[in-house]
Amino acid sequence: MYDMNRPEKAVSQTETKISARKVQVYYGDKHALKDVDVDILDKTVTAFIGPSGCGKSTFLRCINRMNDTIPIARVEGQILLDNEDVYDRRVDPVQLRAKVGMVFQKPNPFPKSIYDNVAYGPRIHGLARNRAELDGIVEKALRGAALWNEVKDRLSEPGTGLSGGQQQRLCIARAVATSPEVLLMDEPCSALDPIATAQVEELIEELRSQFSVVIVTHSMQQAARVSQKTAFFHLGNLVEYGDTDDIFTRPRDSRTEAYISGRIG
Amino acid sequence: MPLSWALFANFLLAAAGYIVGRSRAFATAGPDVRKLHSRPAYHGASVGLAALLPALAVLAAGAILRLAGVLSSDTGPIIGIVALIAAIAGLGFGVMRIGREYQARNVVEHMVLGLLMLCSLIAIVTTAGIVLSLVFETGHFFRVYDWKTFFFGTEWTPRFQGNSQLGIVPLLWGTMYVSAIALLVAVPIGLFAAVYMSEYASRRVRGFVKPAIEVLAGIPTIVYGLFALITVGPLLRDYFAQPLGLGNSGTSVLTAGLVMGIMLIPFVSSLSDDIINAVPQSLRDGALGLGSTPSETVRQVVLPAALPGIVGAVLLAASRAIGETMIVVLGAGAAAQMSLNPLEAMTTITVKIVSQLTGDSDFNSPETLVAFALGLTLFVITLALNVVALYIVRKYREQYE
Ligand SMILES: Nc1ncnc2c1ncn2[C@@H]1O[C@H](COP(=O)(O)OP(=O)(O)OP(=O)(O)O)[C@@H](O)[C@H]1O
Ligand SMILES: [Mg+2]
Repeated sequence: MYDMNRPEKAVSQTETKISARKVQVYYGDKHALKDVDVDILDKTVTAFIGPSGCGKSTFLRCINRMNDTIPIARVEGQILLDNEDVYDRRVDPVQLRAKVGMVFQKPNPFPKSIYDNVAYGPRIHGLARNRAELDGIVEKALRGAALWNEVKDRLSEPGTGLSGGQQQRLCIARAVATSPEVLLMDEPCSALDPIATAQVEELIEELRSQFSVVIVTHSMQQAARVSQKTAFFHLGNLVEYGDTDDIFTRPRDSRTEAYISGRIG
Repeated sequence: MPLSWALFANFLLAAAGYIVGRSRAFATAGPDVRKLHSRPAYHGASVGLAALLPALAVLAAGAILRLAGVLSSDTGPIIGIVALIAAIAGLGFGVMRIGREYQARNVVEHMVLGLLMLCSLIAIVTTAGIVLSLVFETGHFFRVYDWKTFFFGTEWTPRFQGNSQLGIVPLLWGTMYVSAIALLVAVPIGLFAAVYMSEYASRRVRGFVKPAIEVLAGIPTIVYGLFALITVGPLLRDYFAQPLGLGNSGTSVLTAGLVMGIMLIPFVSSLSDDIINAVPQSLRDGALGLGSTPSETVRQVVLPAALPGIVGAVLLAASRAIGETMIVVLGAGAAAQMSLNPLEAMTTITVKIVSQLTGDSDFNSPETLVAFALGLTLFVITLALNVVALYIVRKYREQYE
C-alpha cells in the first residue's frame, strides 16, 4: 500500500535511530495502530501528520513506552532504538525514557517552581555537578524554548501559574534540559502564538544537529517548514512515509493527497 | 387544638394557597401566559409562602413565649388559632397581590434565599450555643477555682471532700503523648498504604485491599479499647516493660497510642488515597516521561501535588486522636501523671471529663465544673488545629494552583 523506497541520499547522510516493524497497538479490543513500519533517522526532524484520532500520539507513546502506564494498552511488534528492542524484557523503561524525551500534547507542568520544573530532569539524572552548572542548564533550556525573557525574573514562581502557551514552552524546556537522544514532541505549538511558534521551530532546527526529533503537528505548513521526513497516518495505518518535499508535492497515495489538500481530516 | 395540628393545618392552607394562586394567575394572564411577569407556578408559590410564613412566625413566637414562662401552658389552642388567622390573612394578602406586573418570581427567589440563610444560621447558632454554654459553666468554675492553678498546675488529684488539685498539665501531656504516638503510627502506615493502593496496586489487588483496610474504620472504638486492654497492654507489659525494667503497668500510653494509631490508619489511608487519585495522570506521565522511576515520581511530583489534602487528612486524624476517649480509658488507664516513659499509665482530657461527670456529685463543686473548663480547652485546641490546617492548605493552594 505504501512503500519504503526512500530516496537513497537521505539515508546516506544519517543512520537509522529508531526502526519500527509491524507495530500494533490495542486499547482493550480497539485496534488503534495497525502494522506500522517506519525508520526514523538520526539528526533528522520527522513530522507525523494525520487526522485527529488516527494514532499519532499512540505511536509516539510506543517509542518511549509511555503506553506502559495505560493498563488497557497492549503493544505488539518490534521497535528498535539503536538496534535494541525497546520492548525487550531487559530494557529498563526508566533508562529508555531518559534517552527518549517527550513533550506531551497537553502542557503538564509540575506543581513546582519554574526553575525546579526545568531542573527536574537534570537533577534526577545527576547531569549537573553544582548549582552553577544547573543554573546554566536551566537558562539554556529556557532560552531554547523562547521562554527565558518572560520568566527570568520569576524563576521561583510556580510553573502552574504561567499562561497555557508559556506552560507548553516550559514543558519543552523541561524535556530539552534532560538532553535526550530522541525528542518526541506531541503538537508542541498548538497553544502558541506565531512568534513563539517561530522560536520553537528555530529550537527544533537547532536540536536537529544533536539528535533526532519527532514532531506531531496538525499544521501542514509547520510540517513542511521544520521536517525533513514526513509520515502520514490515517485510521491507525501509516499510509505514507517519505521525504517531506515528496509528500507535499508528489504524494503517492490518494488519501495523503486528499489530506494535505484539506479534503479529509 | 394542639400546636402540631395547627402546624399541619397551616401546611394545608399553604398548599391550597399555591393552587389558588396558580389558577388565579392563569386567570389574570388570559390566553397568553407570557403577559405575566412571572410564571403561574411562582405566583402560586408566593401565595403559599405568604400563608405559611406568618403562621410559622406566630407558632414559633408562641412556643418561645411559653417556654420562657410569659404565657401559661394552656394557651396552646389560642396560639394555634392566632396562627391560623395569620395564615388566612397571609393567603388573602397573597392572592390580592397577583397581577400581571407583580414580580412573584423575584419574591419567591428572595424567600428561598432567606430559607437557605436560615438553615446555615441554625448550624452557626447551635455551635455558638454550645460554645456559650461551655464558656458560661467554665466561668462558674473559675469563680470557685483559681485559673492559674488550673492551667499551670501539674497535679490532678480531685477529691470530692474538697481541697482538690485540678491542674490540666498532666492531662494535656497525656493527650498530646497518646495522640503523638497514634499519629506516628497512623500517618506513615496510612500514607504508604495509600501510595501503594493508588500508584502500584493492580486494579484487582486494590479492589481487595481498600475495603479490607476500611473494615478497620467500621470497628467501634470500644472494641479497639478491649483489644488494647486484653491483648496489646499485657503483651507490651510482658515483653517490653518488665524485661526492660520500665515498669509493670498493664495499661500504658504506648498501648493506647498504638491501638489508636491502628484505628486512625483507615482515615489517613482512604482520605489520602482519594487525594492522590485526584492528582492528574498527566503529571505522572510528565515525570515518567523524563525518566523518573515510579518512586521518584511519587516522591517528587505526586505527593507534593497532593500535599495540601494530605495535611488536611492528617489534621483530621489528629483531632480524632485528641477527642478519642474509649481507647484511652481501657488502654492507657486513668492515672493522671506526667512521665516520659511511654510504658507508664497516663490519661487524657476526655477521660477525665467523663470521670468528673459520672457518679452523683454536686453540680456546683469545682470537681464537677472542671469538666467544662476541660471541654472548652479541648475545643480551643481542636479549633486551633483546624485553623492551622486551613492556613496550610490555603498557602499551598496559592503556591500550586
Ligand atoms: N488511553 C486510551 N484508551 C483507549 N483508547 C485510546 C486511548 N488513547 C487513545 N485511544 C484511541 O486510540 C486512537 C488513536 O488515538 P491517538 O491519541 O493516538 O490519536 P491522535 O492521532 O494523537 O489524535 P489527535 O490528533 O487528536 O491528538 C483513538 O481512536 C483513541 O480513541
Ligand atoms: Mg494526539
